[in-house]
Amino acid sequence: MVNNGETTVTVAGLRVVRGDEVALDELNLRLFAGEVTGLLGPSGCGKSTLMRSLVGVQRVQRGSIDVLDVPAGAGPNRSRVGYVTQSPSVYGNLTVAENLQFFAAVLGAPGTNVKRVLTQVDLAEYADALVNRLSGGQRNRVSLAVALLGEPVVLILDEPTVGLDPVLRRDLWALFHQLAAAGATVVVSSHVMDEAERCDRLLLMRDGAIIADDTPAGLLATTGTSDIEAAFLHLVQQAQVTTGVRS
Amino acid sequence: MKPRITFAVTARILRQLRRDHRTLALMLVVPCLLLTLLWWMFVDNEAVFDRLGGPLLALFPFIVMFLVTSVTTLTERTSGTLERLLAMPMGKLEFLLGYALAFGLVAVMQSVLAVSLAVGLLDLDARGSVITLGLVAVVDALLGTALGLFVSAFARTEFQAVQFLPALVIPQLLLCGLFTPRTALPPALEAVSDLLPLSYAVAAMQAVGTSATWTSDLTQDLVVVTAWALGALALGAATLRRRTA
Ligand SMILES: Nc1ncnc2c1ncn2[C@@H]1O[C@H](COP(=O)(O)OP(=O)(O)OP(=O)(O)O)[C@@H](O)[C@H]1O
Ligand SMILES: [Mg+2]
Repeated sequence: MVNNGETTVTVAGLRVVRGDEVALDELNLRLFAGEVTGLLGPSGCGKSTLMRSLVGVQRVQRGSIDVLDVPAGAGPNRSRVGYVTQSPSVYGNLTVAENLQFFAAVLGAPGTNVKRVLTQVDLAEYADALVNRLSGGQRNRVSLAVALLGEPVVLILDEPTVGLDPVLRRDLWALFHQLAAAGATVVVSSHVMDEAERCDRLLLMRDGAIIADDTPAGLLATTGTSDIEAAFLHLVQQAQVTTGVRS
Repeated sequence: MKPRITFAVTARILRQLRRDHRTLALMLVVPCLLLTLLWWMFVDNEAVFDRLGGPLLALFPFIVMFLVTSVTTLTERTSGTLERLLAMPMGKLEFLLGYALAFGLVAVMQSVLAVSLAVGLLDLDARGSVITLGLVAVVDALLGTALGLFVSAFARTEFQAVQFLPALVIPQLLLCGLFTPRTALPPALEAVSDLLPLSYAVAAMQAVGTSATWTSDLTQDLVVVTAWALGALALGAATLRRRTA
């Protein structure tokens, strides 16, 4: 794949075991600045586990993960890497603004950032609403706003657009591209295949392994299919033929 | 160590508590009501109230703070906010101190209220000074906070957190010298009660109740309770993990 951005994330030989399951196995990966990378695959394939590993909150069994030239989760990265967990992690009994002010204080980000991120996620008019009284999609956006507070260089977003209407989804994807254009490395997971077309680069995962790594157009071309879902099914079938069915 | 972050945590917890009227009532009003109930029970027998009132001034803050802290910290662990904070530039010590400071402040308020009520209105007869009484109550409340923080690491749900109350607190209550002097216990149980922090918390209160001056026993009791609180905080810090399975 042709790429002009510098390498910001390098994963080599990553193996993660969760419970009795091997969640990631011998995974290798490089991510680049200026790109929106989509992480797609069926439920349970290891998307969240990979993202947690990149942030440095996942216990890993083997392998190395370097993010911005230091090991994942190392001190300097804690204010440079923005992370949105799959389920919103904000305080329900605080207002939207109080949540953001608190996390801004922890990050040492200027208070003016609060207003900026509220606008970015389109929640300005809900600033004084208690998070508990928001809808699921609104709560997700508060969680996303927290990740944008510190002007992160790497953004790890675990299903940030779940439960959002098409207009909001379009706006948020525009925001992701805008951040990437400004030099950020953006990783977005989703299991909605139609979001795949919005990515600069796609990683298709299955059973803890990356089974395809290409641009959306490239993926369609190599598989000879007309949409990403069909391409994915094609690749899964191929994988079953070459490696034998797992489980 | 950044005080800014600790204070941010403290301010946030106090703000959350202010919204939660029930918990606030549990921490500030319920101990006062319980003391009043005790006074009423022994309204014709003041000696009993004088004997039990002091130790209960130690017990109520301990129990209430244990309960509230363990559940609050557990919620932080299960809601994902703890994971998020630890992925930010948040030190474990800053986090724990933020909690200890917030609940410590509440403990001070609680103790001021309970001691004022007991001594001012209910005529609790304590030989020692009101200030000493208040100080001992605060130290006991902090012990509850520290232990609550620690045990929250071993619960998965709020329900499980509450189960620590009968499992860990009530045995201490039985053995702490309130029901019968600890020296009157069978030797094995006395040895056990020598190890439990609540025994020292209650002994400190009894010392304030029976002696007008600050005794070396009181110092010793407070040192043991403080050591337990600091130990529990340190163990609590060890249970905060940046990486989880
Ligand atoms: N907390 C956990 N404890 C034990 N095993 C877990 C835990 N979370 C996930 N797993 C296991 O790890 C594997 C990968 O899970 P992961 O959450 O990474 O999937 P995912 O691709 O994000 O799925 P989804 O699209 O449903 O979010 C699964 O097989 C799952 O059973
Ligand atoms: Mg997931």
